[in-house]
Amino acid sequence: MRELSNMDPAIYARRKRANLFGLALSMTAMVLGLVFLLWILSILMFKGFSALSFSLLTQSTPAPGSEGGGLANAIVGSLMIVISCSLISTPIGVLAGVYLSEFSERSKLASVTRFVNDIMLSAPSIVIGLFVYALVVVPAKHFSGWAGTAALALIAIPVVVRTTENMLRLVPVSLREAAFALGAPKWKVSTAVVLKAARSGVMTGLLLALARVSGETAPLLFTALNNQFFSLDMNKPMANLPVVIFQFAMSPYDNWVNLAWGGALLITLTVLALNIVARVVFREKVAV
Amino acid sequence: MNQADELMTSHRQSVLRWQRVQDFFFEKTTLVFAMSTLVALTGIIVSLFISSWPVLQTFGLPFFYTVEWDIINSKFGGLIAIFGTVATATIAIVIALPLSFGIAVFLTETCPLSLRRPLGTAIELLAAVPSIIYGMFGLFVFAPLFAEYVQPALAGTVGQIPGLGILFTGAFNGIGILAAGLILAMMILPFIASVMRDVFEIVPSILKESAYGIGCTTWEVVTKIVLPYTKTGVVGGVMLGLGRALGETMAVTFVIGNAHKLSPSLFSPGNSIASTLANEFGEAEPGLHYASLFALGLALFLITLVVLSLAKWMLMRAEAKKGMKT
Repeated sequence: MRELSNMDPAIYARRKRANLFGLALSMTAMVLGLVFLLWILSILMFKGFSALSFSLLTQSTPAPGSEGGGLANAIVGSLMIVISCSLISTPIGVLAGVYLSEFSERSKLASVTRFVNDIMLSAPSIVIGLFVYALVVVPAKHFSGWAGTAALALIAIPVVVRTTENMLRLVPVSLREAAFALGAPKWKVSTAVVLKAARSGVMTGLLLALARVSGETAPLLFTALNNQFFSLDMNKPMANLPVVIFQFAMSPYDNWVNLAWGGALLITLTVLALNIVARVVFREKVAV
Repeated sequence: MNQADELMTSHRQSVLRWQRVQDFFFEKTTLVFAMSTLVALTGIIVSLFISSWPVLQTFGLPFFYTVEWDIINSKFGGLIAIFGTVATATIAIVIALPLSFGIAVFLTETCPLSLRRPLGTAIELLAAVPSIIYGMFGLFVFAPLFAEYVQPALAGTVGQIPGLGILFTGAFNGIGILAAGLILAMMILPFIASVMRDVFEIVPSILKESAYGIGCTTWEVVTKIVLPYTKTGVVGGVMLGLGRALGETMAVTFVIGNAHKLSPSLFSPGNSIASTLANEFGEAEPGLHYASLFALGLALFLITLVVLSLAKWMLMRAEAKKGMKT
């Protein structure tokens, strides 16, 4: 251990101090991040659970100044909009993903599409609301649940496309080759072999897209708007949880703010549950 | 060749021909759907441009740097909203950048292996919380605490520094540009942290191991090996976060104060493009006001388009490095 004596102990100490300092800071950042998460979730639980009640699920949103009321119309509206959104975006997104992964070797068009798709993933959702307003609401001259569905679908499709393409690329080429060798046409290989092999991955993408749109508020402001009454007509303005939460939270009435917290808890629990289910589905796929 | 064989061959050929037709239609169908995002992007730009045309015609380019926003006299300029958007996003990035770097370093270098997965998931869940929740949290929980403790403290310390002090003047009411920036920072923190973690994992372990082998400390490995190797990816991740912050509506609308005025103080309420749209679009009359809101939307979309394109380009370059590794 003679060599060690050549070392300058002052430099060594300084490097050790810098190391400790940096790592301590990084750990502090991690702790702060977790504190944020716990803080938000605990506030939400605390305020949300005290607002939850049976009438929240059975009664419609109250008129200004009146007591009680619930969120039944908003919950049903949100469910209808989100479900029709996933019915529209699933086939479009999955087939677009199939094109990008199966039919586009070294195609310029495909790489442009991929690039644009990734940009649409993070495009400001309020602008998508404006676009659908100009495209659907203005010609129809009224707000509608369908317009809300269209806006959410524009947000969901890029998510589905991205995950589908990634998941299909994970399927081994040998599987495709084996199917081709049996004489299967390409469309059969893509749907019955590749998509089938990647189905849990594709499912994950669908769930994540669902989670993403369930909490979106901004695009619904100018499209589905809101409806104080219970309505199942997708062609009319439709109540939905995010917009109701927005309006109620900004209102001066205590029972409205309370309902907003209840709705916020419902939405967050749904979104977090969807995320966790998506992860579990995906992990099962990896394990197999 | 006998007759049966001939029949087989012609049958086989017709099957093959039919399959080729099927394949053709299948490919074209998927192609049409793949084009949908491309069409949506062009559609957004074209429709926003058409809808904002009256404003561009009346005020021209000065619209984007005029302060005035007078609904009664139909005088419109977008500077206040554009300033609010840029200011809140900048504050958010300045705060979220070091924090998310710390988180990414912790998750890739120092975190015990058994905790890596749950903690990473926790950060990703933070990213999944809908933005309206951040907004409510900001308005009802964060703003009162901010007004009571943080604002007086800031005004009493950095507020006393000549020159800088003007940023921290005004009433302590908890909402305003700075509060919106802080809530935004909380929101984009997990986005940036998870992108950074992903690019940090690209670094070949042999590089890190050789650095450790010659006696580097963990911090030296991070700053001198990992960071230089992944710098394009890191910048890309930050730009991605910036793109999110610029376009965020709900988290900002709740806490920015929604006042159409320009003030040097970060404590004063302001307005961002997204919050202006969320608040005024519902009540706007068709005409100049309405077209001005579309013009603001167009400006927002073009700004985020540039930022996100740069982000994507940088992340693609980082990704290419991953290919070189093998």
